[in-house]
Amino acid sequence: MSVHGQSAPGLTDSTPSAAPAATPQLRKAVVVGGNRIPFARTGGAYTKSSNQDMLTAALDGLIARFGLQDERIGEVAAGAVLKHSRDFNLTREAVLGSPLSAETPAYDLQQACATGLETVLGLANKIKLGQIDSAIAGGVDSASDAPIAVSEGLREVLLDLNRARTLPQRLQILSRLRPKDLAPDAPNTGEPRTGLSMGEHQALTTAQWKITREAQDELAYNSHRNLAAAYDAGFFDDLLTPYRGLSRDSNLRADTSMEKLATLKPVFGKNLGAAATMTAGNSTPLTDGAATVLLASEEWAEAHDLPKLAAVVDGEAAAVDFVHGKDGLLMAPAFAVPRLLARNGLTLDDIDFFEIHEAFAGTVLSTLAAWEDEEFGRTRLGLPGAYGSIDRSKLNVNGSSLAAGHPFAATGGRIVASLAKMLHARGQVDGRPARGLISVCAAGGQGVVAILEAL
Amino acid sequence: MTDKYTQLVSRGLGRDIARKLGLPQPVPLRRHQPGDPLVAGPVLVQGTGSGADELASALLSWNLDVRRHAVPKEKLGAVILVLDELSGPEDLARPVLTAATSLRDLASNARVITVSRAAVDATGPAVAAARQGVDGLLRSLAKELRAGATGNGILLRDGTRTTSPSTLGALRFFLSGRSAFVDGQFLTVTSDAGQQPDDVEKPLAGKVAVVTGAARGIGASIARTLRRDGATVVVVDIPAAGDQLATVANEVHGTALQLDISREDAGQRIIEHAVQRHGRLDIVVHNAGITRDKLLANMDPGRWNSVIAVNIAAQLRINEALLASEHFRSSPRIVSVASTSGIAGNRGQTNYAASKGGVMGMVRATAPLLAAHGGSINAVAPGFIETEMTARIPFATREVARRLNSLQQGGQPGDVAEAIAFLASDAAGGISGEVLRVCGQNLVGA
Repeated sequence: MSVHGQSAPGLTDSTPSAAPAATPQLRKAVVVGGNRIPFARTGGAYTKSSNQDMLTAALDGLIARFGLQDERIGEVAAGAVLKHSRDFNLTREAVLGSPLSAETPAYDLQQACATGLETVLGLANKIKLGQIDSAIAGGVDSASDAPIAVSEGLREVLLDLNRARTLPQRLQILSRLRPKDLAPDAPNTGEPRTGLSMGEHQALTTAQWKITREAQDELAYNSHRNLAAAYDAGFFDDLLTPYRGLSRDSNLRADTSMEKLATLKPVFGKNLGAAATMTAGNSTPLTDGAATVLLASEEWAEAHDLPKLAAVVDGEAAAVDFVHGKDGLLMAPAFAVPRLLARNGLTLDDIDFFEIHEAFAGTVLSTLAAWEDEEFGRTRLGLPGAYGSIDRSKLNVNGSSLAAGHPFAATGGRIVASLAKMLHARGQVDGRPARGLISVCAAGGQGVVAILEAL
Repeated sequence: MTDKYTQLVSRGLGRDIARKLGLPQPVPLRRHQPGDPLVAGPVLVQGTGSGADELASALLSWNLDVRRHAVPKEKLGAVILVLDELSGPEDLARPVLTAATSLRDLASNARVITVSRAAVDATGPAVAAARQGVDGLLRSLAKELRAGATGNGILLRDGTRTTSPSTLGALRFFLSGRSAFVDGQFLTVTSDAGQQPDDVEKPLAGKVAVVTGAARGIGASIARTLRRDGATVVVVDIPAAGDQLATVANEVHGTALQLDISREDAGQRIIEHAVQRHGRLDIVVHNAGITRDKLLANMDPGRWNSVIAVNIAAQLRINEALLASEHFRSSPRIVSVASTSGIAGNRGQTNYAASKGGVMGMVRATAPLLAAHGGSINAVAPGFIETEMTARIPFATREVARRLNSLQQGGQPGDVAEAIAFLASDAAGGISGEVLRVCGQNLVGA
């Protein structure tokens, strides 16, 4: 139930303009379909697969599903969060390794875990503007094949050595090296400005919003149960192509139970005083995988005899000041969603499917708690009271990241393709197209959210 | 392509040794490559009736080097024995013995093809005896041919012209390298339906074909062959085989449909995909099949039921949907993959053989249902084919199995695909309810 639907005065100061969203001269950008490879827990089936391998595999399956061999796509955009410097042209290289026309342009994009959704929004905008007629959005990540950098000390020495002209200069530079400089610098999920890992950050937020262990475990349990049921129903038959022997996400535990989840020991927030609640069961593990989405104008889809599942209606990004503790690291969607819905004249009640990325069960539950909180509504959203609550039976109905896993940049593509299929199957609700909301939180205190509508 | 033994004994010292020891002497078979000549040399048409004349002039119009009389010592690409006017067994002697004098002049990979009338339509015992005699004659002759040469027959049902589209289509198929591993077999032409292709290299141009079980092996080969012949191909396989399926789809420039064909709505999903993505549906190839071998004494319901469900029940259900669909009414073609196991039986394969026997029964009974729309349905029964599956058979067993046919070698997946592509073509419209074996005239199972 949403309390304040019609207008949200405080929202306007953070909204660029209150112009109506449906600008008539823009054409529709539609989701034709998607393809991803099953997500694998890090160190599992895709240990030896590079980002380029996986992104190419996901593209291959998409091309096969929609008969895009030799097709010149308007533009392909994808990205990876953990990226080797040699992969500066990752997406273009994947395109060149695929059956698409070699004349298909591509670019890389990086916005932490929101990468995948942002590629969809950016390309959809180009389609709406008429700049391109077709596009493939996507993302890939491998925590198994992560880049390892040399230490700053060694890096500086190596660069200086390169510039040195004489032997004495070189010897002098080499003498600066210390044993600790030889230790490699592996990537981690820590925030550079706080030094805290993402999990520790979320633990602070989870505690702040008093989210119980049981509520988190229940969300995780539902995620596994819903995802398993979706697989059994064949929901993923036209959304996924097996890879390296996997035909389901390897993190999925179809037989998990509340009892099993309750036995897991907390892994984050153990120093917060209060009882720690975040476990390996209600937090997403590091995962490898790739996802792609085929977008098009309606005309292009029709001319190619391809389905039109859903329209990409609108999107919004937000960021929070987590550095000074004003808001939790992963709370940006709590601001982005009210802004996006207000711009489109919608409330939480107008949404038929909520796809809230489960970075941690605590992230989803903290966001929902903030929306239900009077004070948060008043002081942070500038509303007369609480923003509203959602019908939980509409949340992540075919599972989400807690069960599927979360290869950072691939999650957006996974959600968009799945949601578009659900919306198309639902069709009309109360005489209007079924509507879905996507919310993805991201490192750096960011969040990207979007609305899709059934076609 | 050919196995190591065939390579060894088909030339030089290996050939001499094999000949002296009386070992099998398989030769690399002539297989169709686009642009290749239809036959390896002149075609001798034997027979004195009007049917022989008509056929000879039809072959002339294909720009073949046609002979009505043999020139001694001249190598022949094919001998066509037209026996369509037999009134009794005595009538066989003259044409057959005349043809016999040319057998030593056959080039390697030559063809002997009989054209005769079906015994079931015979008006009396003597005619029936003569017509049935051709059956025994051809099958024996095929076993006498060497060096990759094959013998096959075309049987005409009553009222069918010797130059009907499907007679000519079958003739072209048997003459060509497309029938490399078809030996000792008959194809019955039931009617004058069907039509010759505009472009013999692209007989499936403009057609939309669905191939099930297309992720690997014979199914993938069928997809490639249909594509080569001009069709737009939808490849279908279970979701778990989706990665290989995607590779095949991308190779044949088609679309991949991940679908378990034993699902209740499989037929509907196939029709929807073909029509929505490609605008039509002309050809369905039921290739998907599984084996769950066990001696019957040790058979469990799981093994039995899954084989029946996938290999025959799914085909029946999909065919029902096809027959009911308004999108499958323009000279539609169904081709099913059966198996010689379903004809001859195979130890440990009661479930598989039951399902494949079922396929042949289904094909026969479905033919009249499709006839109204100019459609046809046929089955192809492969013998020993060199696939990933047969590569897992223990060496000695495999070596014996692949030599136990007149061509003394295993077939290639492409050989099965060629037979299917022919039966799926417009030229085969007058052939329906038939089972064509692609087995090199396997010595077991007649």
